[in-house]
Amino acid sequence: MELTRAPWPETLLQLLVQLGQVMLVVAIAPAVTGLIRRVKARLQRRYGPPILQPYRDLRRLLGKEVVIADNTSWFFRAAPYAVFAATWVAAALVPTFKTGLMFSWSGDLIAIVALLGLARFLQAAAAMDTGTSFGGIGASREVMIASLAEPAMIMVVFTLSLVAGATQLSTIAHYMVTTGGLRVSLAMALFALVIVALAENTRIPLDNPATHLELTMVHEAMVLEYSGRHLAMMELAASLRMVLYISLIACIFLPFGLVAQEASQGASQSASLGPTLGADFLSLLVYGAKVCVACVLLATFEMTTAKMRVFRVPNLLGIALMLGLLGTLLLFVSGGM
Amino acid sequence: MIIAALICVLALLAVGGLGLGLRIRQATEIVYGTCAALTLCLCALSLAAILAPPAAIVLPLGIPWLGAHFRIDALAAAFLTLVNLGGLGASIYGIGYGRHEDEPARVLPFYPVFLAAMNLVVVADDAYSFLFAWELMSLASWALVMSRHRSPETARAGYLYLIMASGGTFALLLAFGLLGGSAGGDTFAMIAAHRLSPGLAAAALVLVLVGAGSKAGLVPLHVWLPLAHPAAPSHVSALMSGVMTKVAVYAFIRIVFDLMGPPHWWWGVPVLMTGGITAVLGILYALMETDLKRVLAYSTIENIGIIFVVLGLALAFKADGLAGAAALALTAGLFHAVNHMLFKSVLFFGAGTVITATGEQDMEKLGGLIHRMPRSSAAFLVASLAISALPPFNGFASEWLAFQSILVSPHLDSMGLKLLVPAIGVLLALAAALAAACFIRAFGITYLGRPRSAAAMLATEADAWSVGAMIGGAVLCLLAGIFPGFVIDWLQPVCALLTGGRMPPQASIAWLSIEPISASRSSYNGLVICLFLLASGSLTAAVIHRFASRAARRGPAWGCGYPAVGPVAQYSATSLAQPIRRVFGSTIFATCERVEMPPPGDIRPARITRFIRDPVWAFGYAPLGRAVWATASWFNRLQFLTIRIYLSFVFVTLVLLLGVLALWS
Repeated sequence: MELTRAPWPETLLQLLVQLGQVMLVVAIAPAVTGLIRRVKARLQRRYGPPILQPYRDLRRLLGKEVVIADNTSWFFRAAPYAVFAATWVAAALVPTFKTGLMFSWSGDLIAIVALLGLARFLQAAAAMDTGTSFGGIGASREVMIASLAEPAMIMVVFTLSLVAGATQLSTIAHYMVTTGGLRVSLAMALFALVIVALAENTRIPLDNPATHLELTMVHEAMVLEYSGRHLAMMELAASLRMVLYISLIACIFLPFGLVAQEASQGASQSASLGPTLGADFLSLLVYGAKVCVACVLLATFEMTTAKMRVFRVPNLLGIALMLGLLGTLLLFVSGGM
Repeated sequence: MIIAALICVLALLAVGGLGLGLRIRQATEIVYGTCAALTLCLCALSLAAILAPPAAIVLPLGIPWLGAHFRIDALAAAFLTLVNLGGLGASIYGIGYGRHEDEPARVLPFYPVFLAAMNLVVVADDAYSFLFAWELMSLASWALVMSRHRSPETARAGYLYLIMASGGTFALLLAFGLLGGSAGGDTFAMIAAHRLSPGLAAAALVLVLVGAGSKAGLVPLHVWLPLAHPAAPSHVSALMSGVMTKVAVYAFIRIVFDLMGPPHWWWGVPVLMTGGITAVLGILYALMETDLKRVLAYSTIENIGIIFVVLGLALAFKADGLAGAAALALTAGLFHAVNHMLFKSVLFFGAGTVITATGEQDMEKLGGLIHRMPRSSAAFLVASLAISALPPFNGFASEWLAFQSILVSPHLDSMGLKLLVPAIGVLLALAAALAAACFIRAFGITYLGRPRSAAAMLATEADAWSVGAMIGGAVLCLLAGIFPGFVIDWLQPVCALLTGGRMPPQASIAWLSIEPISASRSSYNGLVICLFLLASGSLTAAVIHRFASRAARRGPAWGCGYPAVGPVAQYSATSLAQPIRRVFGSTIFATCERVEMPPPGDIRPARITRFIRDPVWAFGYAPLGRAVWATASWFNRLQFLTIRIYLSFVFVTLVLLLGVLALWS
């Protein structure tokens, strides 16, 4: 839409920035996983694998032969790519260091939630394709968790969009940069969003990403039969989801340092390309710092809590749902102001 | 236009007669083929009719001197398209599927009549023709439900359906009585001109909600639906679930939005509440169920709930004078009605092919069908994704609009609605998430995994007609999902007619995005999302296969070291839903499980029994049935009295009536 109005170098630059953003999330995803593992290991007084270890794991997995379980169908083989694609598109729609990106209008926050839902649908169904009880147990628990986490997420979306007057993530982030302030509803939304993020990324109070013990695992049970490049895709998609949630929380609740670029305003058209790129670079650094802080916080939080029983999980998610509802209700009563 | 439409409907009725008389082997092909052609004509006619000015005609039929009025306006044209598109799919599917019918003469005469009756409901323009067509629709579908009348379950389903259908028609009859007023307005024009007092309007609203809601499947009037819809042959199930429930939605919209005049703010409240409860309860029921067709029928109830939620919102907006928001909500409702028709038809077609191939409709006996039925399973997968409201399919587009219309509701005036709407929003979000769980289960247990019975192991792909109808429906699901702007624009004349507002035109927006309010507020582009998904997925796969590794080999699945674990070890439909049953069902359904473990050394197998209490039966229909039974048995005594006592009854009644007459004047 804005494409036709801008002159072509501008368009090209926008396209590059968009591509850079798309590639950035994939590029840093394994590092995020590695950093969290490293910090956890240090907190446990272990040395731990290097931060770049997930990249080496990915390379190793990608080079390996795939062993496919008997009886699985084309769906099982296609699912890793589809899951990865859905997660990637969702992650690419979240502003990392810059808002108002070229394709940000193609999906709003509800679409991002639904794209993650698409990935979950395909992953859970693929787990059932193996015809073993592990796949089933993972899928069964995943849908139970999702059936509460997704409504909670939708309520968070409602709260945010009532505050900012939009479901468009760029507009929400822009609003938070320019006019955002302290609000009770937003605090509730943040709390709910953190719980949802823990649930969706199968982190410790809900699931333990480090075990293969059937009593605790959700995500690991679903990918148990995957190997080689398929497993690499699934692992990368999981890391990508982590990056997505960190970026999401950062761009909504810690929006400082985001380059707000409203392409339609044409403000950047007159400016030369140099300063724009400089600002981009600076905000990229700020974004990196935010991600590091989030990883350290997550690792510390995981070290201080214990894993819950599976049937205690709905209580925690119920709290998230209620907080989301309360936040929305407050805004409805105050007239969406 | 209307004459052509009526001729097509008449031809459908004639085909019904043909189905009765034709006793040759090709009767199935002839009847369904003709039905497909006629519904295609009607579909094309009504697609264009939505933009044309309303056309009306009075025929000298029905009650003498009143005549039968028929009219096609934008609303009727939209629903005519929906009905006939669904009819077209079912007829094409029927050409192949109908061959497997044991007693085709029990289906063929009623099927075209059913289609014709649904068309007549939509074009009727006076209360008499409307109710006549409504009853015809109920009876034709009842006959189709009873086509396998020998099984006791079908008989029970048919009986219950008959009771609920007559109760619903009775409620609609009373509603028209109230709406027509003491002047006895019969045509819709006269009814629309007549204004009701608030009290009578409330009564009429409740009656319409009961009458249309019992046919659509609103909780607690849904009990017949999960029994009757699955009992019919699968293409008829698709019609009943996908199309007939939408005719009920049409009746609700026609009466409440068009005939009852300007709404009061509280009209939306009962609609929103029943809709929200219906959505969540419907999908929870579906998750408790293991019969594939019943799962689909319960999911219909959920979708009807979603449609009624947005209709309730549209009513509230209309009452507050927010015409644009009302148009948005109404568009979401109509769009979802069209979408549900599409994907539910495909899903029921899929269930039909599974039943034809295996003879089983219990999911616990299916599994692994994706290997033996690749094409129909792909179509079923697409429809499952669409009904779970996942992008880039059509279900997401309409749910997205529904969420957008919730997000504009802080502008509503009344405090009650402001408190209610967020709670309804939670129910809607919960229903969407549970629907995804339900269809992961329906698709995963039926088509994926290992076969759970010998019949599932020997299944074969269905015939070309059936598969063609399924793939066609799946393609339409995708097209409506990536080009939602065209559907929205096409529906705008209906919104203008009923709410006085319209959504901004969508088709002219660059890149075919949809922007219901403004670009900076919310936009969604199914086409770009779909292209991004395809591009990133296929590029990644291509790069990995080219530069990393493409070697693959088969090996046994990991069984924890136990050799050759049989298919019984995999998760079943019941066990997959166990966590959800435990989390959501323990209060509403009072679910519990009992494990009987034999003592050590005993070789009997351990048994697990699960109990589910249907709250609507336990607290609604069972006491009602007992009360009716008790009253009937009490009155039964009156049949065994002597003639003297009967004569004295007559005498006493006469005296009482005379006394009333004397006091009256």
